[in-house]
Amino acid sequence: MRYWIAGCLAVLAAFGQPAGSAMAQSSTLDTVKARGQLQCGVNTGLAGFSAPDDAGQWKGLDVDMCRAVAAAIFKDVSKIKYVPLTAKERFTALQSGEIDMLARNTTWTMSRDTGAGLSFAGINYFDGQGFMVKKALDVVSAKELSGASICVQTGTTTELNLADYFRTNKIEYDPVVFEKLPEVLAAYNAGRCDAFTTDVSQLYSIRLTLGNAAEHIVLPEIISKEPLGPAVRQGDAQWANIVRWSLNAMINAEELGVTQANVDQLKESKNPEVRRLLGFEGEFGKSIGLDLDWSYQIIKLVGNYGESFDRNVGAGSPLGIARGQNALWRDGGLQYAPPIR
Amino acid sequence: MRVSARTGPPRIEAIGPLRWMRENLFSSAFNSALTVIGGVISVWLAWGVADWALLRAVFTGSDGSACRVEGAGACWPFVIHKFQMFMYGRYPDDQIWRVNFTYFLALAGLVPLMLPNVPGKLWLSIYMIVVFPVIAFFLLTGSEWLGLEIVETEKWGGLLVTLVVACVGIAASFPLGILLALARRSELPLIKWLAIGFIEFVRGVPLVTVLFFASVMLPLFLPENVTFDKLLRALIGVALFSAAYLAEVVRGGLQAVPRGQFEAADALGLNYPLKMGLIVLPQALKLVIPGIVNSFIALFKDTSLVLIIGLFDLLGIVQQAVASDAKWFSPQTAVTGYVFAAFVFWLFCFSMSRYSAWLESRLDTGHKH
Amino acid sequence: MKRPSKPPAPARFSRSLTDYIYDPKARALALQAIVALLLVWFVWAIVDNTIRNLEAQGIASGFGFLDNTAGFDISQSLIAYANTMSYGRAFLVGLFNTLLVAVIGVVLATIVGFVIGIARLSGNWLIAALASVYIETLRNIPPLLMLFAVYFGVLKALPSPRNSLELPFSSYLNTRGLYFPAPVWGEGTWLFVAGVLVGVAGAVFLYLNARRKFILTGKADSIALPQLILVVGVAAIAFLAAGSPLSFDYPQAGRFNLKGGMTILPEFIALLAGLTLYTAAFIAEIVRSGILSVAKGQHEAAAALGLHRGQIMRLVVIPQALRVIIPPLTNQYLNLTKNSSLAVAIGYPDLVSVFAGTVLNQTNQAVEVILITMSVYLVLSLLTSVFMNWFNARVALVER
Repeated sequence: MRYWIAGCLAVLAAFGQPAGSAMAQSSTLDTVKARGQLQCGVNTGLAGFSAPDDAGQWKGLDVDMCRAVAAAIFKDVSKIKYVPLTAKERFTALQSGEIDMLARNTTWTMSRDTGAGLSFAGINYFDGQGFMVKKALDVVSAKELSGASICVQTGTTTELNLADYFRTNKIEYDPVVFEKLPEVLAAYNAGRCDAFTTDVSQLYSIRLTLGNAAEHIVLPEIISKEPLGPAVRQGDAQWANIVRWSLNAMINAEELGVTQANVDQLKESKNPEVRRLLGFEGEFGKSIGLDLDWSYQIIKLVGNYGESFDRNVGAGSPLGIARGQNALWRDGGLQYAPPIR
Repeated sequence: MRVSARTGPPRIEAIGPLRWMRENLFSSAFNSALTVIGGVISVWLAWGVADWALLRAVFTGSDGSACRVEGAGACWPFVIHKFQMFMYGRYPDDQIWRVNFTYFLALAGLVPLMLPNVPGKLWLSIYMIVVFPVIAFFLLTGSEWLGLEIVETEKWGGLLVTLVVACVGIAASFPLGILLALARRSELPLIKWLAIGFIEFVRGVPLVTVLFFASVMLPLFLPENVTFDKLLRALIGVALFSAAYLAEVVRGGLQAVPRGQFEAADALGLNYPLKMGLIVLPQALKLVIPGIVNSFIALFKDTSLVLIIGLFDLLGIVQQAVASDAKWFSPQTAVTGYVFAAFVFWLFCFSMSRYSAWLESRLDTGHKH
Repeated sequence: MKRPSKPPAPARFSRSLTDYIYDPKARALALQAIVALLLVWFVWAIVDNTIRNLEAQGIASGFGFLDNTAGFDISQSLIAYANTMSYGRAFLVGLFNTLLVAVIGVVLATIVGFVIGIARLSGNWLIAALASVYIETLRNIPPLLMLFAVYFGVLKALPSPRNSLELPFSSYLNTRGLYFPAPVWGEGTWLFVAGVLVGVAGAVFLYLNARRKFILTGKADSIALPQLILVVGVAAIAFLAAGSPLSFDYPQAGRFNLKGGMTILPEFIALLAGLTLYTAAFIAEIVRSGILSVAKGQHEAAAALGLHRGQIMRLVVIPQALRVIIPPLTNQYLNLTKNSSLAVAIGYPDLVSVFAGTVLNQTNQAVEVILITMSVYLVLSLLTSVFMNWFNARVALVER
């Protein structure tokens, strides 16, 4: 037994690596800088949000969130260690310091914001839960799903919304619950369920992987609010600010028409808002412990929010999701970032 | 059926096929009926497999379209195209030689060690226990100091993860298991009961819960500024789990060492570590080699559970490839992928179990009444 | 295992430090004290770290969450459950589902395992070979893979709900499970239950009576028929006397699924089949080695007494083989119970899936949930061991 303890301690000493922690003496930013790498928790594989491409590079809207923060800190988007996490592990990973930030299509809810030791830094995708069914079933509305079997992934707000929705509408259904997405998909494919429910963005992403996308339709009902966003540990305000303003910088850049392509020309811009965004006026970078050109680096290396959206989930991607709620506020959407001033 | 082969009816060569069939297949009406039923089942199974895997199978193609043909069997191009993925995960292309080289180093040490009558077992053991793990660690993870690119464990996958989890699991659990077995037979009550408590606790819970423990609970146990790699946490869970099982195997060996050996060691004035290290353990461990191999087989199969906590072992990566690659979608893709994974697992486990059975028969000679 | 005992220390008025170092008793005490201290320190460090981590990050702790509303639905439950009930209730649902699959799995795996094990020793070459192929294939494939194969194989083979397979007794089979009429017990059921109990009690009495007679006189009466008549007869009379208090709720076609009746989920069928087939391969090997361990002379002696093959097996070989079979069989039962936790991968709502899955995710109280889950399996294992040890003691050969 004593050897066992000694062994544990030896392993601790050998492999334990210092990680950022909210309460510790050093701030998360210092830890990340000292490590020379941002540890970012992402989905194990969700096309459009975070999935490795054929070359093994992580791509997606959530991945761009990690890249933006790395660009702001290191001016280098390769200094990231992606940690793929299951739904179950994600909060523990953040709480324990295994990751510095979580960008894993996570819904911002009150209990998570207050009881799980998390602090949400913004919303990078406004989502809602929907249903996908096989066309052959001739269903046009979720209200028709009475008596249907519905496949759902465990560990998400999805499962609770589903129960709420059917209870509210007094419809009966049979839930079929799986731990991981591949299993849910396989079961839906094999005809185990009539409908598959999850966030609509995922439904579109998943419909693609089904191969015969035209045989499935997404029903019009959106039964919940799913504001997805990056989260950090509670208690380190500076670090939360860095993540929050990295996202805000991307959204503001889109609003101001600053893109990856024109950011260098716009250095000459006379527009005070653009000058503040790019760090030529004011000392905004300093206030979050970064260099003055932090947001310039984000736009240069990652792009503005619109570019990231198009590239990963929007018109420029196989998913082809419309901007909808994720359009800028002036285009009728919900994306509205506080100004940098 | 070794026993009946020895004591049963004469072999086919000795009596001719007709008489052999009459005696072994059609000795009575009941037996004949059984034979007919068994024959139908065998033919049906063999035909089904051959039809699916060969006759109707698709062998060429660069995406799933060829496999989407109505009535097509196995979709082999899927496995062929994803082969590297299934073997190494997302390990960088230009670094794969490091994995292969590690395999080579392991085989170079292991094969002579497993064959009887090869000299230099002691040096080989030292190589495998001390030198190899260090080399393998730096080869696989990389080191800037040695000029090897760092490859994060997050990029490992497929058979590589399966082998790493199983091998590290068994290697780490080996010393632990021996210590637990010794502790369980200790005369010091506290140590004995601690060992019993640990062993029975671990043997009483499923590996899935141990893995959940490792993935969601362990991080909370550690001081605030310490974290582990996810793969490493799974390894700790697996090692603790298999240590408890190994401890029971070793205990069996310890009990089989004759009492006289202990007493003779005492009479020579050897202290406890010397007595155990020089007299008892060498005899006990030799007796339980088949048991250890069997534990390894069980562990090897159990490694597939790491997919539940989001690591991509062979089964996990097949599952991911099947579910998330639209290019290869076809009704047979999933089946083909799983059959391939099953075959790889079966190949490893079956050959190890044959090896274990062979060892057992070798060790048995002279002990049977 | 005796530690080298030193000659007793020569009597002295005071013992020096060296005496204590060389005194095995003192050394043993010191060693244990050190281990105890380390252990206390280790446990304290873990608890301290955990509490500190939880507090620092404002994570809820304690077992109060068990009373909170669960809010999610579960596809199969043996007790009444609705999503307005508590997490504690959901825990019970998961626990009962685990027990259900474990108990039925143990029974089925034992039967299949015995059949295959005996088949492997069959004099029929083909049957023995088939049994060998079965054992060697299934033993060497991970159970998880096995479950995937069975589950998706089952789903693939079954028809969609709109083309359900019709079975006798108004039962249907499709990808959503096996549907059959649910018995609905009306008033007066107690009379029928009482009738069954009386019948069974009578049958037991007959058995005890016949057994006493057999021991005294050696005459074996056949009592199967009278027993059957007694049980069925009394039950039938009671049933009619109570006014046939039984009706059936038949499954009927709905828009998506069949409605009404009782359903056995495909997840349950797949989990049960997977666990049974996998464990049966191991049990078959245990049975084979058990039977081989019975001395050949026993077969021959039994044959010389004029017993036929079935009797030799049932009366002579199996009872002796059981001594060898039961201890490893216990391990297989434990393995099956523990392997039932793989249900999480194919969507059967067992304890791990419901409690260590959904509840853990909704509450984020990893420490409490995992601890409870582990304790449950530990208790199940201990109970199984205790029961099997008792059974083993009963069948153990009493020598002289």
